[in-house]
Amino acid sequence: MSGFRDQTPIALLMAAPALLGLALFVLVPFLLALTLAFTNLRLGSPLPLEFVGLEQFRRLFTDPAFLHALANNLLFAVVVVPLQTTLALGLALLLNRGLQGTVLFRTLFFMPVVFPMSLVAVVWVLIYAPGPDGMLNAFLDQLSFGHWQPRDFLRDREWALPAIMLVSIWQGAGFQMVILLAGLQAIPSELYEAAALDGAGPWQRFRHITLPQLRNPLIFVMLITTILAFRLFDQVQIMTRGGPDNATTTVMYETVQALFKRQEVARASAMTVVFFLLVLAVTLLQRRLLKQERELS
Amino acid sequence: MKHLLWRSLDYFLLATLALLFLAPILMMLVGSLKPDQRVLVEAGSLVAFIPHQASLQNYADVFARSDFLRFLLNSLLITGAIVTTGLLVNSLAAYAFARLQWRGRDLLFNLVLALMILPLEGIAVPLFYQVALLGLRDTYTAQILPFIANAFAIYLFYSFFIGLPRELEEAARLDGASTLRTFFSIIVPNSKPVFASVAILTFLMWWGSYLWPLMVTIGPAVRPLPVAIASFYTLPPLQWGDILAFGVMMVSPVLLIFLLFQRWFVRGVVATAIKG
Repeated sequence: MSGFRDQTPIALLMAAPALLGLALFVLVPFLLALTLAFTNLRLGSPLPLEFVGLEQFRRLFTDPAFLHALANNLLFAVVVVPLQTTLALGLALLLNRGLQGTVLFRTLFFMPVVFPMSLVAVVWVLIYAPGPDGMLNAFLDQLSFGHWQPRDFLRDREWALPAIMLVSIWQGAGFQMVILLAGLQAIPSELYEAAALDGAGPWQRFRHITLPQLRNPLIFVMLITTILAFRLFDQVQIMTRGGPDNATTTVMYETVQALFKRQEVARASAMTVVFFLLVLAVTLLQRRLLKQERELS
Repeated sequence: MKHLLWRSLDYFLLATLALLFLAPILMMLVGSLKPDQRVLVEAGSLVAFIPHQASLQNYADVFARSDFLRFLLNSLLITGAIVTTGLLVNSLAAYAFARLQWRGRDLLFNLVLALMILPLEGIAVPLFYQVALLGLRDTYTAQILPFIANAFAIYLFYSFFIGLPRELEEAARLDGASTLRTFFSIIVPNSKPVFASVAILTFLMWWGSYLWPLMVTIGPAVRPLPVAIASFYTLPPLQWGDILAFGVMMVSPVLLIFLLFQRWFVRGVVATAIKG
């Protein structure tokens, strides 16, 4: 054994391509966004480039469209995270009961996850077609024994955002389900046997064994889904273009608009900073929750 | 008796949910085989799921009305390049972090971990500005190069390598093998699961990527499928049969890989959760 050897040259050689890539295409852009957000940079603008302090942020937070976008992202997270997680947990529980054909059902529920979101968005435009012949309209009509008033989901201020939520849940639930199912399968069966001996019913076992044991996977899937809610873009761009009346606009949608409609790089950078702060907040919250867990155990 | 009742209820629930999950996919597949004008009209009834008057006309129309093969090749090229070079670059770096002794290692590794929380959306604007300044809009380079190095992939590789028994490498080192040789002949063959997971996750992520190619591509020349289907859908006249046929062809490569390597997909997804 040669004991401790300094392997700096070969290590640098091996790590260099990745480190260089991360520096050039993640770190530099990130720092660039932080800087540009405090300027007036606009492509093709005759104005000289100058630092304008917090001006971009002041404008953002007095712009009704951006505030609408921010509210939509938050609403999306508040509705979709619990709904999708509950659905995924339900599916995982059903698949964990040792029924026949579990693998087949798992495949079916996971399948939408491999569908590109842009394709999903286009297909659901057809599902949401207006009029009584629209697929979802007709389905709801059957379900309500003819009491359903057909709607133009994607052009209806009330329904457009929920419609986009449903698409996202359909596409994403399988992802969460697979993670929660793995979590369920990792719970030692002795815990349930002991509880059964103590006379605990199904609800008590779920409440006092399943849920606490699933804590970390649950926190993880909820975090991922919250961040996805802040990233929301593809569905909006394809299905509604932020409309009607900003009902479905999002931070990312506004960012792309600022960049491409008006070439406002500085403004788009300021939105990027807001986006980053949202993601950072959620991540720190998750770290905190998981740390608590470690301290408790 | 009670037991049997619960079981039937379980199956009923599962089957209902499975049908709801499957309906959009089935409708897409069946609709792609129907004459264009029937698709929308029949969407509201069960006929939506029955392929009568089936033909492959829509598929022929897709090739006639759009440059589908070009988009497919663009997607394959972009995703393939990111996945293969990414596997190499990120696993090499992860090995240096996990197993070699060098100055600055811990500091740099913490930096990599910190970068992990930045999704593409958090850097898309300045990255676009960089690409535009360099005159790289509408190129393959702009769609491949920035995404080869990936902090998350490095982390997944790192977590796997750190758990490999040291004896594996000791034997090779006693034989006088170099570090690189040890890596390629000992570590890589013993790390197939993590290579599969990272490959699948990266593939899934970039095959469906829409925001970035939408930002950097201008014309159809280097446009990948996700952007292509969105613009095909807005191409008049609106022909749903064609659009669905485009969709079926676009998703079938991923679906095929998914059905063949399902175990690895699930394992890859679960790995992110346990390590993350």
